[in-house]
Amino acid sequence: MNLLHFFSQHHREILQGTLEHIWLVGIAMLLAVGIGVPLGIVVAKRPWLSKPILGGANIAETIPSLALFGFLLPVPWLGGRADRLAITALALYALLPIIRNTSTGIANVDSAVREAARGMGMTERQILLQVELPLSFSTILAGIRIATVLTIGIATIAAAVGAGGLGEFIFRGLAMVNNQLILAGAIPAALLALGADFLLSLLERRFRPVRT
Amino acid sequence: MTNYSLSDPGLPSSSNSALPAIELRNVSYQLPNGQSLVRNLNISVKSGETLVLLGRSGAGKSTALKLINRVLELSSGVVRVEGKSTLDWDAIVLRRHIGYVIQEVGLFPHYTVEQNISLVPRLERWSEDRIRARVSELMKLVDLNAAEFLQRFPHELSGGQRQRVGIARALAADPPILLMDEPFGALDSLTRGELQREFQKLEHLIRKTIVFVTHDVGEALLLGTNIGVMDAGVLLGIYSPKEFLAATESIAAAYVANVRMYEKVETRA
Repeated sequence: MNLLHFFSQHHREILQGTLEHIWLVGIAMLLAVGIGVPLGIVVAKRPWLSKPILGGANIAETIPSLALFGFLLPVPWLGGRADRLAITALALYALLPIIRNTSTGIANVDSAVREAARGMGMTERQILLQVELPLSFSTILAGIRIATVLTIGIATIAAAVGAGGLGEFIFRGLAMVNNQLILAGAIPAALLALGADFLLSLLERRFRPVRT
Repeated sequence: MTNYSLSDPGLPSSSNSALPAIELRNVSYQLPNGQSLVRNLNISVKSGETLVLLGRSGAGKSTALKLINRVLELSSGVVRVEGKSTLDWDAIVLRRHIGYVIQEVGLFPHYTVEQNISLVPRLERWSEDRIRARVSELMKLVDLNAAEFLQRFPHELSGGQRQRVGIARALAADPPILLMDEPFGALDSLTRGELQREFQKLEHLIRKTIVFVTHDVGEALLLGTNIGVMDAGVLLGIYSPKEFLAATESIAAAYVANVRMYEKVETRA
């Protein structure tokens, strides 16, 4: 009951934090999709490049998030502004599930379909754009969904480098030993993650191919 | 972007009937690990003829077929299509010049029947009117009701219907050559018989050069102008159906014995 009171009293700040959070995650996801999907295609098509690409994305994934923010701090252009730095770190985290799902989706396209496409004289590019990508769309979306949920959680740590977002409340709450403040960050972040998961899984189901 | 066109004046004309439509000379194919799948094949298919390649699984029939449309690249020898080495063809132009039907059909699951059939005409940038006319013509040819089936997706069809669509798709741009890799192999025997009989009629109708791979001797006798028997990557001989029935070579004779076995059941009944 105190919590409700607290929320209504601070709804402006909470909304502000939520919007910042969405902005950080949104831009990071756009970057991650823009880089991750092409890399996933490369992984599927050029097996000898799959080790270095997946390896690199794996390494980024294993660095503790707080440390990653710290590592990026001295990088010239990035270190200058907290939001750039946070978005870069978040995009790095989002990369692995997107790359992996893109390459898996393409690899799982029925080999008979691919053989027919080749045999009928489609170019590699036509096969990719008209057959492989549409048929792996739902798998790619699943990767984007996982990455988005992950990123929404990690983005709370971005407040540690001053990038704002819902993490502000959590860090301030921790410092002041104020549970209400912590929850003011944690609850909206959890709701965002659930909402993103729900919406993206709807989309994913819409594009799931029917197997013959 | 290159626009690949079947009516490209640079292509050799198919009326060049003095030449074999398809010719394989000393053709071999090895896997990268050195395993040899076909050895020293010499085959020539006349224009308008149906050559059936008959043999057990692993005999190299499909491999031989895929060397013709360069789905596989040959290791040595030469494959000529309409007198020109396949290596001198642009692979894409070559494949659009040759219809291809496989056992698993390989219809695009995200395309309707109509989109599947019109695939190659669309790649060739036909006009919408021409595509529509061609699609309805093909639906009649393979005996599918256009109103009922055109807007369906492959998963809404039976196996036999799917294969009909697969054949229509291969014929769409009217290629002079058709490669068929056990097209009826996955069907139940009743549906298979149905499609075999219809295809026999169709064969005369469309007058194409066909290479047809099967392990079913009845199918070979029914559809083939000539029957090439393959075993362990080697072509053992090419026979007319009549010669085949009289052949004394062990493998051909073994196939014939199989046919006779069914005839015995018939006479007993």
